[in-house]
Amino acid sequence: MSKDQKRRTIIPIGPYHPLQEEPEFFELEVEGETVKKLNIHIGYNHRSIEKLSESKHFDQVTFLVERICGICSTSHPFAYVQAVEDLAGIEIPERAKYIRCIIGELERLHSHLLWLGLAGHFIGYNTLWMWAWKYREIVLDICEQISGNRNHYAMMIIGGVRRDIFNKEIDELIKKTESLNGPLNMFKGAAIDDPVIGARTRGVGILTKENAINYCVLGPTARASGIDIDSRRDSPHNSAYDLVEWNVPVLTDGDVFAKVVVRILEMLESVKIITQSLDRLRDLKEGDIQTEVREIPAGEGIGTYEAPRGEVFHYVRSNGGNTPFRHKIRAPSYMNILSNEVAVIGGDIADACITLAAVDPCYCCTDRMQAVEGGKIKYDWKQLLKLSQEKTEKIKKEI
Amino acid sequence: MIEKKVKEALGNKIVKWEKKNERRYYIEIKKEDLEEIAKMLFNDLKLRFSIASGVDTIDHFEILYHFSCDEEDKFFSLRLRLDKKKPEAPSISGIITAAKWIEREMWELLGINFVGHPGLKRLLLTDDWPKGVCPLRKDFTNEQRPKA
Repeated sequence: MSKDQKRRTIIPIGPYHPLQEEPEFFELEVEGETVKKLNIHIGYNHRSIEKLSESKHFDQVTFLVERICGICSTSHPFAYVQAVEDLAGIEIPERAKYIRCIIGELERLHSHLLWLGLAGHFIGYNTLWMWAWKYREIVLDICEQISGNRNHYAMMIIGGVRRDIFNKEIDELIKKTESLNGPLNMFKGAAIDDPVIGARTRGVGILTKENAINYCVLGPTARASGIDIDSRRDSPHNSAYDLVEWNVPVLTDGDVFAKVVVRILEMLESVKIITQSLDRLRDLKEGDIQTEVREIPAGEGIGTYEAPRGEVFHYVRSNGGNTPFRHKIRAPSYMNILSNEVAVIGGDIADACITLAAVDPCYCCTDRMQAVEGGKIKYDWKQLLKLSQEKTEKIKKEI
Repeated sequence: MIEKKVKEALGNKIVKWEKKNERRYYIEIKKEDLEEIAKMLFNDLKLRFSIASGVDTIDHFEILYHFSCDEEDKFFSLRLRLDKKKPEAPSISGIITAAKWIEREMWELLGINFVGHPGLKRLLLTDDWPKGVCPLRKDFTNEQRPKA
């Protein structure tokens, strides 16, 4: 151990935080205010869903994987049914394709708004937090109208979707969805023009394209670093993403600011996808939403779907029985969180908070952090948050 | 296009080439060739490493390394068969950083050893989990779980 390494202080962040979804544990090794190394520990909430899945029949697994995450609760079933449909070679009706896209995009909207609010809170910009969550309610209302639930929609089924959307409700749903354009454009303007957000996020936590490729990051994290991948566009099988007009926003800076902008631009695209899909439903017969599936043959299949945080990957193997023989699940945060290893290095402690949160890591965990120096507690999570928020205040005054 | 390129790059290293449909390919290879093939697919052909799946097929172990070609919507899955008695494979985390965690995961859940991995330690299981008990193996029983 070198002399410098001996002088390092370890700041633990995590593993439990009651406000967020999953616990992770980040150990920041700092010298003074500068972050030198990051150790990541996961597994605090391991639920062995892959093993459980081997004991449930194919239809039950759809609803088991919905419980992996409360925020991207339709992405996992989406990828899972794609995997089984790939295994058995099933094609689904066109109406089901559109409904799958509608529910998937609604989820993206509410997930990105949730993240935007939290990001605002982390940098001490609480107005943004309250705005974002206010408009998130509209999205949740639409979800409730379609599926009966604000979350956990239980819409996916092997061979189609479980619930139809009534044609008579389409006008109302389109109107509600389009009402989001105003607030989203406001967020776009606020994020791009606001000097405080700019000062706190531009050039912070940069993930270079080279690192992004090596760490195989996904979703907005990859698209903010100049990698043009989106599983919705690249792999539209059994969904309607190739039937509607939309774009994939890609930025090249790789910093937190780019990640904010990518997500805001994506939300505007989501609104486009939802309104077009709803509009197309009018010409398709109500009720034609499922292909009957009787047996799942032996074989293997891969399914992917672009969740709000990146590509969800499911691999299903069947040996001809009524349960999966093996079911491998890979969530996007599994790849994205590891990339923090390089993104926080060289930044200061006050920025670590927003950098770690920038990959939208189904974050969590941030509550139990304490920095002990000479036997005394130096920072805990509250103080770290205060530190971050004070930095914003300081910048505000300077500007 | 990419199908031809992969076939050419792998050449005689292919043990079995299985095309399930236009979008999915399963390629069986020998474990001695794994590192070289991973380099070819990841560095030269610029495929994205999606993840690896370890499977206990009861009479042997399998690892599938899923590589994705996003431009053409295709998955190339390398299939590795491992001996049940001494499951061992070369680590590719030196070539692909993103493989670090999944190799640790397969090591602890299936008991597959990865030769050359920089830090094979627990990723998901608790610290008091008994050594040598691999919960994703098919012969795992509930009695093997540590008592709460």
